[in-house]
Amino acid sequence: MEMAHLWGILFLSLHAMVPITLAAIGETIEESAGLFNIGLEGILLLGALAGALGAEASGSASIGLLSGMTAGALVGLLFGWIGTTLRGSQLITGVGINLFALGFVALMLTVLGAPGFHSVSREIQVPLIPLGVGSLSPLVPVTIVLAFAVWWLLRRTQLGIWIRAAGDNPGAADVAGLPVNALRLGTAVAAGMLAGLAGAYLSVDWFGAVTKEITAGRGFIALAIVVFSGLNPLLALLGGFIFGLFDGLATWVATYPGIKEIIPWQFVAMAPYIVTLAVVAGGIGRVRFPKGLGVPYLRE
Amino acid sequence: MTTSAQWLRRVGPLIESLLAGLIGLVIGAFIMLAFGYDPLAAYLSLFSGSFGSVYSWAETLANATPLILTALTFAIAMRGGLFNIGAEGQLYMGALAAVAVSLIHLPSPFNIIVSLVAAMVAGMIWSLPVALLKLGRGVHEVISTIMFNWISHFFAFYLIANVLTDPKRGEKTISIVESARLGRILPTASLNYGLVIALITVAFILFFLWRTSAGFELRASGYNSEASHYAGISLRKQVMRTFLIGGAIAGLAGAVQVMGRPPTYAVMSGMPQLVNLGFDGIGVAMIGRNHPVGIVVAAIFFGGLMVGGRIMQFDPGVPFELVRVIEGVIIVTLAVPELRRIFSVARRKLSGGG
Repeated sequence: MEMAHLWGILFLSLHAMVPITLAAIGETIEESAGLFNIGLEGILLLGALAGALGAEASGSASIGLLSGMTAGALVGLLFGWIGTTLRGSQLITGVGINLFALGFVALMLTVLGAPGFHSVSREIQVPLIPLGVGSLSPLVPVTIVLAFAVWWLLRRTQLGIWIRAAGDNPGAADVAGLPVNALRLGTAVAAGMLAGLAGAYLSVDWFGAVTKEITAGRGFIALAIVVFSGLNPLLALLGGFIFGLFDGLATWVATYPGIKEIIPWQFVAMAPYIVTLAVVAGGIGRVRFPKGLGVPYLRE
Repeated sequence: MTTSAQWLRRVGPLIESLLAGLIGLVIGAFIMLAFGYDPLAAYLSLFSGSFGSVYSWAETLANATPLILTALTFAIAMRGGLFNIGAEGQLYMGALAAVAVSLIHLPSPFNIIVSLVAAMVAGMIWSLPVALLKLGRGVHEVISTIMFNWISHFFAFYLIANVLTDPKRGEKTISIVESARLGRILPTASLNYGLVIALITVAFILFFLWRTSAGFELRASGYNSEASHYAGISLRKQVMRTFLIGGAIAGLAGAVQVMGRPPTYAVMSGMPQLVNLGFDGIGVAMIGRNHPVGIVVAAIFFGGLMVGGRIMQFDPGVPFELVRVIEGVIIVTLAVPELRRIFSVARRKLSGGG
């Protein structure tokens, strides 16, 4: 294998790492506070649409990314509101968000006159950083910095302790005077913003288009990475890279002559899910998730 | 006054589902208005397209058939206190197992039965590790079923492209042999005897949940797992039972779809006739309040939306995807217990000054 291939796979992996890692570290924040959102996939999809529309309306890629974040924050707010104040089922709300997003994005694509596919023109996509051996999206370093920042927030700050208290022992946190539901709501909005950014990255950066299949299960993969990481954002970054690597490898295996005949690409694509299951099954004893995860907090 | 309170407790869930359905349709109407469509014309076309004639009823019921089964998979788990979203992957395996049996060329009446059984076994095999991981390693079923859904997604792609491929047409699997197909109920519509299989399964689950001690134990452990554990009900047995029955039914959903649905009787590459049936089943179960009879009604509603949605796309020209938006709104609405609380307040008032 030539060096060019290695660089190609590395860059593909880094680009594939961004959306799943962003969504995963957002989910890490809200799961630390006790919320479990399986609607990530839907938020990614809505973020992709909002990102493309925002970029087109303003002519600027950064406004596009901000639009994706805003859309994500709004859905996160709705999810958080149902999951805290209204004491609704988080799992069912998540399922509903996914279904709604799938329909709404496909509907919007049809309304925009391009059923199934809406491309974002080159000028309003995020400009790549040229690095000689290839070009890299600026969101790759942003994602890495964010993973460290969230780790620091959750493990080294007072706010992080409060967030984890709201997830681990909401009753005690409440007695100690912490606003449990407000903390949870805040994390839901933050998680929505990060997932929305991940979605906008797909449309105004990586793919340069919106399709209704654009997320391809990345929201669910992010959920798996959160479990794999045991709520550690740095391990989520590593998990995101490993998933990205297999994503890149599967594409490479499926297209490279001489290899595609020997290894079925489907098995390469399957591998990260099997690895996640194995890691989760092997490590679940060590990893401790918040006691209040997925349960609405009711003051007795 | 207690009787009217009891009556309200019975119909409460029904009214909640109707109300959620109404909210879904109203929000759908507002979205249509926002995009400049005429919601009245759209709904008229949708509902006459799905329930307006014998043919449209038959198409609606044909679409409802697999949803009844995947919804039962989800509902039986919910009754046992588990959140099993693995029907999606299990039904792929069921459908492909049914196709694989065609390769053996069994004599005529047996091949239908063997195909159905093979599909159920495939669904159970795909479900078993979920139960084992939960019992042995404490892995939450939401995570493991999501993983297994993706593994079966790629595994199915592999089987379609490399193992069960039609030698003449590479974009699909071999077709189920003619003698193993489920007959059509009406000569022109897609409706087939798969519906009868689904309804028999509904009757079986009704009987199992409310007329057997195993069903009672399952419901008890779902209602309060700690109390039922102290009452001597084995939680391990419940988890195994729930996932194995659920897997078998989801496998059956895949089989019925590929053995009964004309015209190809094969799994196409990309699985357009299978994808999302498992997830839609979750919505059906939610609206049907995880009750077998409610599920039949909700599946007919969803099936109607699918059929009518395609008609609506032609006539007033409203995109089919609006149907999914409506479904999503209905499910988010049903997640909110505020609805339920309105009824419990009314119930308290009715049960007399209390």
